[in-house]
Amino acid sequence: MTNDKLNIIKNEWPLWEVFIRSKAGLDHKHAGSLHAPDAQMAIENARDVYTRRMEGVSIWVVESKHIQASDPGQSESMYDPASDKIYRHPTFYDLPDEVKYM
Amino acid sequence: MAVHSFQEHFDSLIDRDITIEPKDWMPDDYRKTLIRQISQHAHSEIVGMLPEGNWITRAPSLRRKAVLLAKVQDEAGHGLYLYSAAETLGITRDEMYNQLHSGKAKYSSIFNYPTLTWADMGAIGWLVDGAAIMNQVPLCRTSYGPYARAMVRVCKEESFHQRQGFEIMLTLAKGTEIQKKMAQDAFNRWWWPSIMMFGPPDAESPNTEQSVRWKIKRFTNDELRQKFVDVTVEQTKVLGLEMPDKDIKWNEARGHYDYGQINWEEFWNVVKGNGPCNKQRLDARRNAWDEGKWVRDAAMAHAEKRKARTAAVKAA
Repeated sequence: MTNDKLNIIKNEWPLWEVFIRSKAGLDHKHAGSLHAPDAQMAIENARDVYTRRMEGVSIWVVESKHIQASDPGQSESMYDPASDKIYRHPTFYDLPDEVKYM
Repeated sequence: MAVHSFQEHFDSLIDRDITIEPKDWMPDDYRKTLIRQISQHAHSEIVGMLPEGNWITRAPSLRRKAVLLAKVQDEAGHGLYLYSAAETLGITRDEMYNQLHSGKAKYSSIFNYPTLTWADMGAIGWLVDGAAIMNQVPLCRTSYGPYARAMVRVCKEESFHQRQGFEIMLTLAKGTEIQKKMAQDAFNRWWWPSIMMFGPPDAESPNTEQSVRWKIKRFTNDELRQKFVDVTVEQTKVLGLEMPDKDIKWNEARGHYDYGQINWEEFWNVVKGNGPCNKQRLDARRNAWDEGKWVRDAAMAHAEKRKARTAAVKAA
């Protein structure tokens, strides 16, 4: 990385990921990201950027650098083992029609 | 995986309409094209606030002022969604700002035209936002996930922008003779730049084919332009205004309206920096950045102080 690029990054406010609960009872969901000097200001900015139309009742922010993500290159070994275990779904089981409420 | 198999995997995702996400492998040119397109789009939102900012203090009523403020605030938001989407591709926010402020990056050339009367607020909402929406709706299905998600949000919010513009035009068109004239004059001035917004004709748009292949673009410039002309001609009838193009004519065989020759020389001239307001717009952006420095510094200093205070409390 050149010194120029380092300087630019040094001056930039940190990046935050924003999660919003759209209404009581629902999960927080990723809404997007923004830059802010600290968590408090990130929440204030998130309010202006992501909830201008009553999209939320609660905001979470986390600095992007703290997010750990799975590797898309490992998708096969991560998720394929589940694909042949259809017996984990209720529809796998054939029951007589007389059986109710199950 | 060897490089060619990365490429094959990427192509197969594109072919199956599976969205590409930031951590997925992607060809360098795909990344570059997206960075250019998304950052230009973000710059357009930010510069796009300037022609309207001109009229916030002079809006004819409190209602119009509140609406215009909300619209301009949305545009700031849209710029921010888009900058974030571009950042997922590895460019920093400051690099993008630098590209805009140094004149290296482009933004939609429509914003280099002046806003002379209040009717221009109507024409911009109706035509400029209308053309933008025509362009943006297919982008909600663009192949790069963060861009597509940003566009979904933008499109949801932008529909009111066009409707409020049409409402301004309708009010003026149904008003006094002078008001109607004002609406027609704004229409005349904004029509051609608006249909230029879709970009050069397909035959002269070398990047279109690749972008369509990558499903970044879903329609070509000329296809979208035609769609826009077709709907606008009909809307013009509701307004009772006259199309600024004498060659507009229904073509039964094509099932579309034919339209006149676009002055591409003017378009390229404005793109190259010689439009009526290019200098003014860039100066305004640079000033905002330079004069906002103390605010950015103060926010950072405040954050550091707050951090130090919290640390001191914890230590005690």
